[in-house]
Amino acid sequence: MEFKEKFIEKILLLIAFSSISILALIAFFIFGEGLPLIWKIGPKAFLFGERWVPSQGSFGILPMIVGSFWVTFGALLLGIPLGLACAIFLCEWTPPWAGMILRSAIQVLAGIPSVIYGFWGLVVLVPLVRNYLGGPGLSILSGSLILSIMILPTIISISEDSLKALPPSYKAGALALGATHWETIWRVLVPAARSGIVASIILGMGRALGETMAMIMILGNAVKMPSSFLDSARTLTTNIGIEMGYATGDHRQALFATGVILFLIIMFLNALAIVLSRRRVG
Amino acid sequence: MSLRNKVSIKEFSFYYGSIPALKSINLEIRANEIFAIFGPARSGKTTLLKSLNRLTDLTYGTNHNGTIFLEGKDIYDPKVSLTQLRRRVGIVFDLPIPLPMSIYENVAYGPSLGGTTQKKRLDETVEKALRSGVLWEEVKDRLHTSALRLSGGQQQRLCIARILALEPEVLLLDEPCSGLDPISTASIEETLTRLKKEYTIVLVPHNIQQASRVADRAGFFLNGELIEEGTAYQIFTGPKEKQTEDYVTGRFG
Amino acid sequence: MRINRRRYLTQKVAKILIWMAALSTMGVMALIVLQVLSEGIPVLSPRFFLESPRSMGREGGIFSTIIGTIALTVVAIVVATPLGVGTAIFLGEYTREGRISRVIRFGIGCLAGVPSIIFGLFGFVFFVIYLNMGWSILSGGLALAAMILPTIICTAEEALKAIPYSFREVSYSLGGTKWETVTRAILPNAMPGIFTGIILGVCRSIEETAVVILTAGSSLIIPTSLFSPVRTMSVHFYILAREGISMEMAYGTGAALILLVLFVNIVANWRLNRYIRKRA
Repeated sequence: MEFKEKFIEKILLLIAFSSISILALIAFFIFGEGLPLIWKIGPKAFLFGERWVPSQGSFGILPMIVGSFWVTFGALLLGIPLGLACAIFLCEWTPPWAGMILRSAIQVLAGIPSVIYGFWGLVVLVPLVRNYLGGPGLSILSGSLILSIMILPTIISISEDSLKALPPSYKAGALALGATHWETIWRVLVPAARSGIVASIILGMGRALGETMAMIMILGNAVKMPSSFLDSARTLTTNIGIEMGYATGDHRQALFATGVILFLIIMFLNALAIVLSRRRVG
Repeated sequence: MSLRNKVSIKEFSFYYGSIPALKSINLEIRANEIFAIFGPARSGKTTLLKSLNRLTDLTYGTNHNGTIFLEGKDIYDPKVSLTQLRRRVGIVFDLPIPLPMSIYENVAYGPSLGGTTQKKRLDETVEKALRSGVLWEEVKDRLHTSALRLSGGQQQRLCIARILALEPEVLLLDEPCSGLDPISTASIEETLTRLKKEYTIVLVPHNIQQASRVADRAGFFLNGELIEEGTAYQIFTGPKEKQTEDYVTGRFG
Repeated sequence: MRINRRRYLTQKVAKILIWMAALSTMGVMALIVLQVLSEGIPVLSPRFFLESPRSMGREGGIFSTIIGTIALTVVAIVVATPLGVGTAIFLGEYTREGRISRVIRFGIGCLAGVPSIIFGLFGFVFFVIYLNMGWSILSGGLALAAMILPTIICTAEEALKAIPYSFREVSYSLGGTKWETVTRAILPNAMPGIFTGIILGVCRSIEETAVVILTAGSSLIIPTSLFSPVRTMSVHFYILAREGISMEMAYGTGAALILLVLFVNIVANWRLNRYIRKRA
């Protein structure tokens, strides 16, 4: 009996460690494939090179880094206010029926496959942008709009959780001091929940940076430095997604190297979000 | 026989971190008696009960001095099997906590862990336990419905029956009637008096009246110390210590 | 008095803006779903589901991609569930908060944020090439399992946390060992929560494209073993739409995908409610 218990405990420990060892395995294999190429052409040339012409052996990913940040920035610009407003709506001002509708709408949004977002963007948004704003339509603007919808569930659910976790006394206290409901929300509740809200934004940012399939369909995938929101662009993820199918040799390694950069950025954001959300209010 | 010591507590102290909960307790509990542990809140009663079957081990950061003997065997001996100990010394908590399963499964939980798998023997054990807990007549037709649908008093008797199904030697009861109405309380007290023939019972009563109704002997606890012990009659009618007298006559507590 | 009026005006404006945000979120959801469903549902027919695609998917149905989706999802769930639930049990019941549990939690948090394309790359070098499994159901399923693992761990851990401490105390007091307590008093009550996590994993596996395209290939042939390459519905949809093979078929497949995800959710909720009712 004692032996069996000890045995089970060891097995569970083993399981837990194999779960996190997946992260180590991922890092090991991605880095193993990607780092040699980064050393070969030099980290500076790789990160800050503006030319990506695999057939000529030039692998500069600056346009993709810039593209990723433009798209993500655009998505956050719309996603943060919309997400925060929805979170406040769910916690504070909702008649129950409206909350339920919004909640199921968000669940459905979270459940829509990213390829369908991409497709919808392609057939609905892209023509709109092309006809009314000019340019190819396949653009950072279209991509940002779609991404801002895709990151909504992340931002809303985590912000909502952190707003809900506040002690009710905060609200009661502010209202008792004569603040209006809105002042209570905006000056007391939102600031008090800010670490959770910031964490939700960072996680949303991670999602936006990591999205691949929808972006391949909408961004136009041109390898050049974008100069306006109406330009087409390529991100770190789409670079991998588009070319992985046929790449070999150095080219394939360069795609893994792109993955290394993406992985590092995402890990940094993740760690930041975890540290932030661990910090308690007060 | 009835004077033999079942449980001997020797110089037993217990700490949560650095906060003492019990201070050098010496106490003998005899076989087949109902021993009442009473005193104000936070005087260490529950800690003492949970120490008797080492449920206190579940809380992290505790430690103890001295020891406790069950029939002359040290229960803090590293070789002691905790599961065996807890089967021999059963506990009923202050609030009825039926597990969210059927009445039958609740009572069969302990025996089936012990390896009783034969359906027939399990049926017999469950029936016997429910009869001893005076619940059989009320539930025999709905053994397989959820235990959560029983009333509070029935749930607490189920918890007693659940312990009895293990046929323990010592029965620990921590204010078993605290949430119950007078009729359920009376029925549980009656059950206890009957059970004393087969079990040694340590009871934390939920008031002094209850202690004086059912206990053979009693001990008064205050701030983790055992102030006085003696027969229930002596303690409740002529306590020797001033603090006991103050508490018994209702001057504090 | 004037100041007060301004404060209430601000409040009114804020309220209107927040309602607008909520309404536009619902509106966008409705737009996307209705657009795909209204164009796609007319394409759906029994033949669409039961025939395999012909001439790259221009004709025929989506049968082989349904098989591919199911096969990959099953492999992913079968692998990820024991690992995930085991990890959650270890974290919730077998360790105190300390360095080990903090390291594991941190690792899982990081794993949860890894983008799917990275799981795809990893699956490609590790399963497809290094372990020499090729583009196959097994490679794809294992890569998907890695991807959904954090989801399953987190939901299972939440479910375990929600079980009252008193259940554990009761089980130990009845002579239960730790493992008996976990399997008999805790897990059955945490089942609904764990099940929710598994369903989330199923949905993510069905939706995923980037991982699958890099690890399971995109063959339209009905698979015969775990080592056969397959194409899932998501990948099929992506290829149809991106390569402009057939808009009609793309809409049909998209509608089928959305309906499948909704269906899984609804069935899961229904089963869950029945389970909870039975135990109460």
